[in-house]
Amino acid sequence: MPQHTNRFTSRRGLLFGTAAVGAGALLAGCTSNDSGDDEPAANDQPAASDSPGKPVTIGFAGPQADHGWLNAINDNAKNRAKKYSDVTLEITEGSNDTAQQIGQIETLINKKVDVLVVLPADGKALTQVGLRAMRAGIPVVNLDRIFNTPQAYRCWIGGDNYGMGLNAGHYIGQKLKGKSNAKVIELAGLDNLELTKQRTKGFDDALKNYPNVRKVARQAAEFTVESGQAKMAQLLQAQSSFDALWNHDDDQGVGALRAIDQAGREDFLMVGGAGALSAFQAIKQDNGVLKATVLYPPTMAASAIDLARALGQSKGIGGLAEFEIPASLTLYSAVVDKTNVDQYMSTGFK
Amino acid sequence: MTQHVSPPRGSADKVPSVSESSAWRGMFARADVRTLSLLGVLAVLVLIGGITKPDEFLDTRNLQLVLTQASVIGVVTVGMTFVITSGGIDLSVGAIVALASVWATTVATQEYGFAGILFTAVIVGVGCGLVNGLLIAYGAMVPFIATLAMLASARGLALQITDGSTQVVTVNSVLDLGERDAYVLGIPPLVLVFAVVTIIGWLVLNRTTFGRRTVAVGGNAEAARLAGIDVRRQRLYLYLLSGLCCGIAAFLLIILSGSGQNTNGNLYELDAIAAAIIGGTLLSGGRGTITGSVLGVLIFTTITNIFALNNLQSDVQQIAKGAIIVAAVLVQRRTASTT
Repeated sequence: MPQHTNRFTSRRGLLFGTAAVGAGALLAGCTSNDSGDDEPAANDQPAASDSPGKPVTIGFAGPQADHGWLNAINDNAKNRAKKYSDVTLEITEGSNDTAQQIGQIETLINKKVDVLVVLPADGKALTQVGLRAMRAGIPVVNLDRIFNTPQAYRCWIGGDNYGMGLNAGHYIGQKLKGKSNAKVIELAGLDNLELTKQRTKGFDDALKNYPNVRKVARQAAEFTVESGQAKMAQLLQAQSSFDALWNHDDDQGVGALRAIDQAGREDFLMVGGAGALSAFQAIKQDNGVLKATVLYPPTMAASAIDLARALGQSKGIGGLAEFEIPASLTLYSAVVDKTNVDQYMSTGFK
Repeated sequence: MTQHVSPPRGSADKVPSVSESSAWRGMFARADVRTLSLLGVLAVLVLIGGITKPDEFLDTRNLQLVLTQASVIGVVTVGMTFVITSGGIDLSVGAIVALASVWATTVATQEYGFAGILFTAVIVGVGCGLVNGLLIAYGAMVPFIATLAMLASARGLALQITDGSTQVVTVNSVLDLGERDAYVLGIPPLVLVFAVVTIIGWLVLNRTTFGRRTVAVGGNAEAARLAGIDVRRQRLYLYLLSGLCCGIAAFLLIILSGSGQNTNGNLYELDAIAAAIIGGTLLSGGRGTITGSVLGVLIFTTITNIFALNNLQSDVQQIAKGAIIVAAVLVQRRTASTT
């Protein structure tokens, strides 16, 4: 009996082994995501002052690009730097680990780069290293996630979360003008984050201008497709009819749109957030509920390179009267709808 | 081993029932008290949902919604129940679901259509399970460490494949299964898969040698070895099984969300472990219940559903969820000890 089992298992083992090797070989070829038309998410805007000047080495440190928006940040920075013959970009491997990112920035300081561009994994936690760079005489351009103190950066540039909510609210309010008792729902992002609270506050503040519009429900997803689908499905079940929906984030919006499709609902207007390529495409096609999205533009990384270059060459920004770059730049969260989507298409991220 | 101890539960099916009343008692004894108390918790939840939101909650569409949302984590939990019953743990389930879901939705895989996506999701799941199993069974690694390592690597590989972007599925035969009116045998496909996995899981755990070996290994691995069970091979099979469940769950998730993303399956390991433990599976091994685990999953999903329908925000949801876990376990222990 035992020999019997053994012989059986070994033959079975061989069979399974062969199958496993075969499957492995087959699968290894399946990790490619090359679709042939891979245009990087980037900005075609002409560079600020194109005439080459003093050579500048810019150190760039960002978090791990684990979602589309952050990926677009890296691409924007790289592509912008390539446009300038006088800029050399020293880019670090992104990390979400505070200690590791501090180490990377210190390496850049030791290399004596001319200017630093830093998108911290956590703004507060990286303030010290920002201060260290400034004290070492290296000006810092702080990208989006802000340091604790203005002493840690020469210039901050970033998006406007409150403004995102505000503009989404105004867009929806305008669209629902004249409709009495209009109902609006909100699919928020990760509730643990300060930025989600700011977006919601802006949205609520804008809606106060439209007495006929009332927010009837809000649920928070987690910026992921999976959570977007789950939360949206519940919201749709909870609200048998409403007029507009604001979704904070286009990534989770992929899931939300899936849930809307699954529920067979199309009797409302949807506005997204951030500015993903898939959202732009849906807005352009105009055959679904998604009619607009509010930007949180990843092109800010390209602008950060512009600012860093201007800092390194001791110039101001073309078009402004000052001799220096500003201390702080808050970007506008433009509403992209069918009328202007073509203009923004190239900035959409995957 | 004292004489006044009442016959252990489950012994009823060995005694041929003579009268009608003893048959009834046998049935009752077989239906675990814990399971009954879980059904009680679920009934209370349904009552709360029915009272607070009668129109939206007591609706067949909502039942369909709850069961569909439960199916992905449900399938993972069935696999997890086996692993925990054997005294192990699998912390890598969420990461495996993520990896399988992104590997199965790359542009290259999608060219092979439905079969390519299904095959890849399942094989990637099984492959990760195989690595886990080999490390634990033959590499003598502690399950906690081995699967923690798998968690890290699988998430990393998933990120590397996607490069952080969302992979949208364009294969219609896959997407169609997640549509509103896609029914197989009158049941939404995801729910059907969940049901089939549950039934097979129940049969394997309760009615096969494999199931008895799993319980034996979890109860006392050394005794199981002395009794002639190949403990190492059993462990290998169990992690393979968990990986297989993750692969199936990944395919369900692809159908449900119409995409693959490296952030998929976030914290599934905790949800699956919590559902199994609430269901009555011993974290130390030696006892496991598929029925309990599935009820645990349904309780969680129903809570989430009721919260969302009542528009409660995430902070309240999290507090209440924690409180309900504690309450459910306390109620269960009370009913178990008084019977």
